[in-house]
Amino acid sequence: MSWLSNALTSSIGRKIIMAVTGLFLCSFLVVHLVGNLQLFKNDGGAAFNIYSHFMGTNPIIRTLEFGLLFGFGFHIYEAFVLTGKNRKARGSQGYVANHIEQNSPWQSRNMGLLGTIILVFLLVHLYNFFYRARFGDLDPDINNNDDLYTLVVSSFHQWWYVLLYVLAQVALCYHLIHGFKSAFQSLGLTHRKYTPFVTYLGYAFSVLVCAGFAAMPLYFFFLQ
Amino acid sequence: MAGSNPNAKPMNLTLKVWRQKNRDAQGNIVDYQVRDISPDMSFLEMLDVLNEDLLRQGQEPVAFDHDCREGICGSCNLFINGRAHGPEPGTTTCQLHMRKFSDGDTITIEPWRAEAFPVNKDLSVDRSAFDRIIQAGGYVSVNTGGVPDANEIPIPKSIADQAFDAATCIGCGACVAACKNASAMLFVSAKVSQLALLPQGQVERKTRVENMIAQMDKEGFGACTNIGSCAAECPVGISLENIAILNREFLAAKATSNNLA
Amino acid sequence: MNLDAKIPEGPLAEKWDKHKFNVKLVNPANKRKYDVIVVGTGLAGASAAASLAELGYNVKAFSFHDSPRRAHSIAAQGGINAAKNYQNDGDSVHRLFYDTIKGGDYRAREANVYRLAQVSVNIIDQCVAQGVPFAREYGGLLANRSFGGAQVSRTFYARGQTGQQLLLGAYSALSRQIAYGKVKMYNRTEMLDLVIVDGQARGIITRNLITGEIQQHAAHAVVLATGGYGNVFYLSTNAKYSNATAAWRAHKKGALFANPCFTQIHPTCIPVSGDYQSKLTLMSESLRNDGRVWVPKTVEMAERLRRGEIHVSQIAEEDRDYFLERKYPAFGNLVPRDVASRNAKMMCDEGRGVGSSGLAVYLDFSEIIKRIGAEGVSQKYGNLFAMYEKITDEDPYKQPMRIYPAVHYTMGGLWVDYNLQTTVPGLYATGECNFSDHGANRLGASALMQGLADGYFVIPYTIGDYLAQTPPKPVTTEHPAFKEAEANVRTQIQKLMSINGTRTPDDFHKALGHIMWEKCGMARTAEGLKQAKAEIQQLRREFWSDLKVVGVNEELNQTLEKAARVADFIELGELMVDDAYNRNESCGGHFREEYQTPEGEALRDDENYAYVAAWEWRGDNQPEVLHKENLVFENVKLTQRSYK
Ligand SMILES: Cc1cc2nc3c(=O)[nH]c(=O)nc-3n(C[C@H](O)[C@H](O)[C@H](O)COP(=O)(O)OP(=O)(O)OC[C@H]3O[C@@H](n4cnc5c(N)ncnc54)[C@H](O)[C@@H]3O)c2cc1C
Ligand code: HEM
Ligand code: SF4
Ligand code: FES
Repeated sequence: MSWLSNALTSSIGRKIIMAVTGLFLCSFLVVHLVGNLQLFKNDGGAAFNIYSHFMGTNPIIRTLEFGLLFGFGFHIYEAFVLTGKNRKARGSQGYVANHIEQNSPWQSRNMGLLGTIILVFLLVHLYNFFYRARFGDLDPDINNNDDLYTLVVSSFHQWWYVLLYVLAQVALCYHLIHGFKSAFQSLGLTHRKYTPFVTYLGYAFSVLVCAGFAAMPLYFFFLQ
Repeated sequence: MAGSNPNAKPMNLTLKVWRQKNRDAQGNIVDYQVRDISPDMSFLEMLDVLNEDLLRQGQEPVAFDHDCREGICGSCNLFINGRAHGPEPGTTTCQLHMRKFSDGDTITIEPWRAEAFPVNKDLSVDRSAFDRIIQAGGYVSVNTGGVPDANEIPIPKSIADQAFDAATCIGCGACVAACKNASAMLFVSAKVSQLALLPQGQVERKTRVENMIAQMDKEGFGACTNIGSCAAECPVGISLENIAILNREFLAAKATSNNLA
Repeated sequence: MNLDAKIPEGPLAEKWDKHKFNVKLVNPANKRKYDVIVVGTGLAGASAAASLAELGYNVKAFSFHDSPRRAHSIAAQGGINAAKNYQNDGDSVHRLFYDTIKGGDYRAREANVYRLAQVSVNIIDQCVAQGVPFAREYGGLLANRSFGGAQVSRTFYARGQTGQQLLLGAYSALSRQIAYGKVKMYNRTEMLDLVIVDGQARGIITRNLITGEIQQHAAHAVVLATGGYGNVFYLSTNAKYSNATAAWRAHKKGALFANPCFTQIHPTCIPVSGDYQSKLTLMSESLRNDGRVWVPKTVEMAERLRRGEIHVSQIAEEDRDYFLERKYPAFGNLVPRDVASRNAKMMCDEGRGVGSSGLAVYLDFSEIIKRIGAEGVSQKYGNLFAMYEKITDEDPYKQPMRIYPAVHYTMGGLWVDYNLQTTVPGLYATGECNFSDHGANRLGASALMQGLADGYFVIPYTIGDYLAQTPPKPVTTEHPAFKEAEANVRTQIQKLMSINGTRTPDDFHKALGHIMWEKCGMARTAEGLKQAKAEIQQLRREFWSDLKVVGVNEELNQTLEKAARVADFIELGELMVDDAYNRNESCGGHFREEYQTPEGEALRDDENYAYVAAWEWRGDNQPEVLHKENLVFENVKLTQRSYK
């Protein structure tokens, strides 16, 4: 199987891993967003807690969770390897004057930075919601599900948390504006007819998904 | 003087030029003044003026690569005011003209930077890594003689045109120089997609892309993150589509070739 | 010295086949016992190096460029001829042969030219097999265009970048052999001398341009494919680094130099814009397919144009003189280069030139733009139009191009026999470096053809003949001739570095170019040539007493490189003047004002000058000795060339 490891550790192989995991994470974002929309149901959190109970206990979901873990793991690992390799390739002597901003969009050059913001957020986010939902001591709600809803609402009333959350969504949005179409390019999935559509879809996807996520803390902070 | 713009006034400029004695020496930026530069001069003719001045004063002229001065040989390679081949899109350094600058400007001139392109001296760099990538597979293995009549291989015009577009790469290295990752993917993709598109390239289609990418990695170029600086700075307009083709070719080759290494 | 061209016996059409049968072969197992040095990896050199390596010889290839892909061949724009007759318009090997002989004004060797026409068809097959993306028709078959001096369409092309695509093809074949280890490639390495052992070429002395290291290389045979010497004129369409050093130093070691004064002035180049000008840019001859050449009918109008009082668009159709169409109705704008250039010069001499210097004529595309639209024109010539606009800041879609003749190609070169061997046994010359196929004027799209014919299809046979007669013993650099040659090279470098005068190499080069262009350029006179010789000799003395070179030998030192090349250009320039002075006739690119017809056409003297002038070096400050190879024409009738 050395051919496989050789292929996947070549520069294009690593890119392919980035793209596959990236798109996989995109699909996760959709599922996650749709579920989280339950927050907006004006039922005191009942639907949301049913959903989170389901996600926390269903064996299929639990298995998929490992996939997600791997997805993140690989994506982040490759991100670090590639960024390191690329920095080395650039060489130790930099340009005295470099106007790279004149030939490329900002987000495409700062995927590492954007990813790191997302990562920091992710850790806080996981500790705050995931860890406490799974391993913590949440009170039961009226349906005797763990009352994650109350925790979420109270978190969303803390300004710093809302700020972090929104900032991370902006970062994610930029990450995806470049990442979505870039993944198609990495996989060689381009065509004169369809690529413009993919680019457009990438924009729409990034903005809608991230706006959706960001709407939640803002909604609770300002309106509830 | 039969210049195309008789009213244009000569310019005085300040140049900030990278000077470095040899590959191992430390380099630094040195300031020079040049006077009475005609706007009709090419950028390299402006450097000729500087070099003649330096030589007359007994100083060493600035070393830089150039040859055809027509934008085709790919020798010239200056990083001018923070841009590969300067500010003009679709233009090699030798085809850049001084009318794009103004009197009193300060111009910073540096060599291509990349781990895989060590500096020989001043502004001249070693791009032999590109040759080694081509040697790894950038050809169709036919010996001289014994080939079929040229018209026995009909090629649809649209395919021939697309292959031609890829084939126009001049091997200048601006793509590497401009890329945040010092990636050579645009250069490699131009050759791979030219030969992948043409019927002549089919026989070695898989081994070619596998070997060229292996060599590219070995030379220490970075990995593409689809930033697009390369295509934006490429003087002959090699498009990013070629990189997608390269990725596709690589993926297909790795998945289906008989190569177990 | 007896100049034996070794032309095979028999009818013209059978000579090459017969010869290929008669040459001695090296058996396959023995081939790897022979080392061949190829200097130059342009079209001629790369194709030779790759083909010889494929056969099994060990090849060492040298180029002063940083990669073989940068050789000057890359800049060829218009196309490559081949007698394929794909267009069904009456082309044939014989017609290509005839056109080339006639285009060369009957100063080329019949047998060589016929062979060139024969193998031309194989070149196209070979290049297509390599993946060279020639232009195609919608049906998928190859497209052709027409070029000057021919009435058939036989030119294959790849947009305006034919040379690039052909060179990249040859470069890819060469790269493959480098990867196999059959070719050892020495980039940024300049040949500075030829080594002769017991009368045979056995090696070269080189300088590594990055480290300054001087090296000796030995081989059983040496091939020079080092290009032309048009840069003697300082301003030319050649790449800046193109030079004569390899050929000239071989000449000084005994190789005769043939027809040095035959230089081609290309009619369609962008005019000089100022004294800072470092090179001239060609606008491909293919533009004359659709562009119409004209000047104003009257001197008054031309003067007003030059002063900027009127704009070219204000000149009415009936006030324009389409002088080529008027004088040469049969060929019109597609007359051969020498004729087109001379006529442009005549117009300017009459005072009807345009542009502020008055040294330009118009090349007008308004008619074709009207016919097929700007889009269609851009399809055909887009890159040339863009280049023109970049350089001149004028839009050729809106106003005619201004063009003027410029030095472009050198038909002269090292004398070679039918086998492409020089007068030094074991030393071969191919491509623009030799004199072989173009007589006194080269037709467009024929240099690429010749370079590749020599490299792919001629030298692999003929060098085998020589090697088969050389014992397959290893050659080394032991012989004292190597040491001696190296010492000479070092002495010369030392000398150049130690003069410490006041003038730069470019300064001398420009001065030389000025003399050559004024007195040995488009029109020459005995009087002018005499003056030129004296001026060049004076310049040479100044060069060796007032040159300034700084830096050291042990580093990249572009001034030192240039100085050594200019030293050779000065000597070669003098020989060109001698040759032009000797040739009391006008033919092709060599126009002596004393010898012209009443209409101002070149007047040949076949009785006295139907020969190749091959010059022998006799030492510093000794006059060179002329040897004549008489040209025998058995298959074409010598006539006054007419394109009317
Ligand atoms: C602008 C332009 C356009 C042209 N267009 C056409 C066209 O459309 N059709 C056509 O048929 N012809 C055309 N020509 C002519 C044609 O391009 C050349 O004649 C031809 O390419 C010469 O090829 P070559 O291999 O002989 O030499 P070159 O390509 O000049 O190669 C010379 C090689 O020798 C090497 N070299 C030289 N000296 C040394 C040394 N001392 N040591 C080591 N290496 C050395 C160089 O590095 C280089 O590799 C054009 C020429 C010009 C200038
Ligand atoms: C929900 C979270 C995330 C999603 C949906 C996501 C999605 C993507 C996508 C689609 C790409 C494009 C892949 C390609 O160009 O082929 C990408 C690239 C990238 N991601 Fe993420 N990502 C996420 C989180 C992260 C994190 C946490 C990091 C880093 C710590 C990160 C770092 C990067 C980097 C550096 C790249 C660019 C690398 C390259 O193009 O080669 N990402 N991401
Ligand atoms: S792809 Fe463009 S920028 Fe890169 S080497 Fe080729 S021509 Fe130069
Ligand atoms: S000098 Fe040849 S491309 Fe610029």
